[in-house]
Amino acid sequence: MKPFPQDFTFKRFISVYIGSGVFFLLMHTFVLTTFGLTLVQSLFDALLTIGLILLAGTSTYNILRYYKPARENILYPRIWAMLLTILVTMVFTATMKQIYEGQKDYLDFLSASIPVRGVYHLLIISLLTVFVFMWFLFQEEHERQKNLADIEKLTRDAELVSLRQQLQPHFLFNSLNSISALVGNRPEEARKMIYQLSEFLRGTLRKDEYETYEMSGELHHLQLYLDIEKVRFGHRLTTTILADDLVRSCKIPPLILQPLVENAIKFGLYDIAGEVNISIVCSCNSEYLTITITNPFDPQTATPKKGAGFGISSVQRRLYLLYARNDLLQTGYENNLFTTIVKIPQKI
Amino acid sequence: MIKVIIIDDEPLARGIVKEYLSAFNEVEVVLECNDGFEGVKAIQQHNPDIIFLDVQMPKINGFEMLELIDKPPAVIFTTAFDEYAMKAFDNNAVDYLLKPFSKERFDKAFEKWMNARLTLKDENQTEDFIQNRTRNQDENSRIVVKTHHAIRIIPVHDIIYLEAYDDYVKIHTNDGMFLKKRTMASFEQGLNQDEFIRVHRSYMIKIDQLTRIEHPDKDSHVALLKTGAKIPLSKTGYQKLKTVLGM
Repeated sequence: MKPFPQDFTFKRFISVYIGSGVFFLLMHTFVLTTFGLTLVQSLFDALLTIGLILLAGTSTYNILRYYKPARENILYPRIWAMLLTILVTMVFTATMKQIYEGQKDYLDFLSASIPVRGVYHLLIISLLTVFVFMWFLFQEEHERQKNLADIEKLTRDAELVSLRQQLQPHFLFNSLNSISALVGNRPEEARKMIYQLSEFLRGTLRKDEYETYEMSGELHHLQLYLDIEKVRFGHRLTTTILADDLVRSCKIPPLILQPLVENAIKFGLYDIAGEVNISIVCSCNSEYLTITITNPFDPQTATPKKGAGFGISSVQRRLYLLYARNDLLQTGYENNLFTTIVKIPQKI
Repeated sequence: MIKVIIIDDEPLARGIVKEYLSAFNEVEVVLECNDGFEGVKAIQQHNPDIIFLDVQMPKINGFEMLELIDKPPAVIFTTAFDEYAMKAFDNNAVDYLLKPFSKERFDKAFEKWMNARLTLKDENQTEDFIQNRTRNQDENSRIVVKTHHAIRIIPVHDIIYLEAYDDYVKIHTNDGMFLKKRTMASFEQGLNQDEFIRVHRSYMIKIDQLTRIEHPDKDSHVALLKTGAKIPLSKTGYQKLKTVLGM
């Protein structure tokens, strides 16, 4: 639904609002003069009526700024418009009675015109309410579109960063160097590593950012990555992945785990001189899929960087955009272990 | 016999260097090392003619490892992709191999060194390169020193003040004093200017360690640190300190 053109700004909203006010003011004055009222009387009548109606419209605007009824509650704006009409008509009549006290001619005209005025008020106030409602719906839609674009951009960024970090410089060249070393004495293993590397790279390129994927596939992708790293680092790197069948059927957005595990590997392997174990433990219940990634680090030298790099902060941001929550990713450390916990809601 | 040590954290990467070297019959690989710590020990013990050294390794990188050796041997660096290292190699006499490298490229580098070895006996190109290089962010956040017993990594935020001492700099920390062969100027360049300030030709202090400035006589100022240490301030040092503190 597009009630307004895309470039409909707040400024234009206000000018339409005021513009129609002036239009009704002139109309109102003109019509009253045809009933034999003087110009001053007509103008004053019009000013008060339109003034009260615009005031009602402004109050609708202010309320909607803080409270927006759900789209289904189409009755609310109607009831609201009726209430406003009654209020405006009452205030108008009372004020006029005060001002024109004793002028029987005018007061007779006033009481005779009340039903017509009521209908007239209801008509304009309804139009106004609809207009203001539409404005907010338009704003909401606009916001939603923007969020959607943000999600898209961030996923692309994550993909880019992940491409840069895996298939590019360090990882790729070192993996190729390992293959080059294997070709001489262990050609079978070299060939196997070429397949692993290719499958891994293809997996990174394939993902659709709007989809969620089964954990089984994501775990397979991680396993490929870890296997390649194991060929490179030999006995220094060991990994533990714990995931049961239930976990494997859970859903997860793509490229959430990859940056986190990469981070753990980098953190672990370049901060510890000895053997490094990376563990990935998954569990799930009806609400959440929970993944806990643990890597060793050296508290003496590692001053665990808060958030630790683009990897973690981009995952945090993506989770926020996807689920509107900031508490799904947590990091912490104790003794010599750095832990990253990510929770993926399963009911959406 | 030419004695060689290979230092790389990836076993297969060491393997290929060893394989390529096996074509040269006057060469002996005396040791392979997994990281810089093993490397320092091995070099001191075996005094090799040349080392093959990976740049990115756990804890301390290849450059930092070489800093810890008094008379570093000739070196051929090996690296996969490190923009910073590659920049450091540009216009420099040291040789380097980009992984993966071919047998031809390897032979060229090794033969070049073997020929040069006979003519440039005393020049220590390695030391010049190591001392004059610019450091990257990680290296500027820590200082690697060698004590009698061990190699220590001092995070820069543990520093209280630095004091020039001939060719060395004394690094004062809460854990004691450590010596590092490096110039004051290079520390001034590498350390964060918001945290450290050169207050004297021979002194640099960590700003948050300062408690007050004393004025013992007409022409001199002294900085009093939290530890009780008194650091002389030069005229320009005093002015700089005043600006930083907004006095």
